[in-house]
Amino acid sequence: MSCFLTNSSLGKKLVMSLTGCFLVLFILFHMSMNITVLFSPEAYNAVCEFLGANWYALAGTVVLVAGVAIHFIYALILTVDNYRARGKQRYAMTVKEKGVEWASKNMLVLGYIIVAGLALHLIHFWSKMQLVEVLESNFFSPEIDGATVAVHPANGAMLVAYTFSKWYNVVIYLVWFAALWFHLTHGVWSMCQSVGWANDTWYPRLKCLAKIVATIVFLGFAVVAVMTWINSADIMAQVAHWAPAA
Amino acid sequence: MNFTLKIWRQKDAKSHGAFETYQVKDISPDTSFLEMMDILNNDLIHAGKEPVAFDHDCREGICGMCSLHINGHAHGPEQAVTTCQIYMRKFRDGQTIVIEPWRSAAFPVIRDLVVDRGAYDKILQAGGFISVRTNSVPDGNAIPIPKKDADESMDAAACVGCGACAATCKNGSAMLFVAARVSSLAKLPQGRVEGARRAKAMVAKMDELGFGNCTNTGACQAECPKSISIAHIARLNREFLSAKFED
Repeated sequence: MSCFLTNSSLGKKLVMSLTGCFLVLFILFHMSMNITVLFSPEAYNAVCEFLGANWYALAGTVVLVAGVAIHFIYALILTVDNYRARGKQRYAMTVKEKGVEWASKNMLVLGYIIVAGLALHLIHFWSKMQLVEVLESNFFSPEIDGATVAVHPANGAMLVAYTFSKWYNVVIYLVWFAALWFHLTHGVWSMCQSVGWANDTWYPRLKCLAKIVATIVFLGFAVVAVMTWINSADIMAQVAHWAPAA
Repeated sequence: MNFTLKIWRQKDAKSHGAFETYQVKDISPDTSFLEMMDILNNDLIHAGKEPVAFDHDCREGICGMCSLHINGHAHGPEQAVTTCQIYMRKFRDGQTIVIEPWRSAAFPVIRDLVVDRGAYDKILQAGGFISVRTNSVPDGNAIPIPKKDADESMDAAACVGCGACAATCKNGSAMLFVAARVSSLAKLPQGRVEGARRAKAMVAKMDELGFGNCTNTGACQAECPKSISIAHIARLNREFLSAKFED
């Protein structure tokens, strides 16, 4: 049984489906967590503290990295397989088939944008939070309004406000969320199809559900980026010298 | 009606092919696409040139022999019909029509517009059958089959094995063909018995022959001349995965 997950076309699709499902659940969790910052930067920091360099958070990180890596590596393997299957000689003339969505044919390109955004996101946040705690390295100390501020690794609200105080970061993140929206509009219903939980009655429902999930994710992340951009000065003033209770 | 045809010409499987341009004139709008090709070939033969090779047989839309990628569509611009059922009235007078063979690594070009679709036969031989003898047609009510199941089975059985699904799929995947065969038999009591073995054997053969992986774009069902739904692919996924987990 172990081999059909690596050498069968349907086995590989099952792996894509399951890892995709796991990543969607994680994204929904991450989005819910982010929204806390809009109501209470301190509460958000409490969540960041809870998810610091603890064994459960580190174990979660390892599982998450594995999920992303497997999903991405399998996508590359499947794409190479599919490219070979298509053959060297391509059609001189192609058209868009009726009812075929753009996202469904561009999942890998969208995946590249998502992974690039993820790398930037890890630099912006994870490298200044969990990684600092694990390596016990120096706190991230940006210069804000002429003064150097040492940001505690669990001071997520400060990092969010600092990152989104720069308009270009907001734009980059919005592009990233848009790519994620397209990816999810195909991915969410597609993962049901790949495990066989679909039929003609359910396709419209599943595709509608996929759009709802994708839109919730987009709006949930985008509202945090935009609102913290608008309120960045206030949030930074509020939590500039925040430190966890001893 | 007059048309400019850009047709893929290729001497044999090993040669490099290229497009050649032909003119056909005074074609009746009620001429079928394949009859138009016959008229072209007639003109070519009279001019002492080699006619264009293309597959065809019944010309009634039921045998699955005709293929042709016409103006970017498998089986031409019309939905739910085979190439032989397209009539020239569906094209504009003076239009340029690009005609290509199926493009898929598993369907190598043999000559001009003819490809080797033997890979589909090999998939069928791997499991697309019922092992027991069913003898002559039994009494209609001897084995009660729910109407819904019989309908779904018949919808899948409409597959003519033309290869349009793999030819259209950006991944060169034969999933819709395999799904139609697996699904049509899985919904009937006679075929149900070997369902697990069939799904595993046909998927394994499909993978072995170099067909690609399904990414659920739905292009196959859009171009299928029999409008076979990707719901059958969902059933194939269920059949295959449950068979594997039972191992």
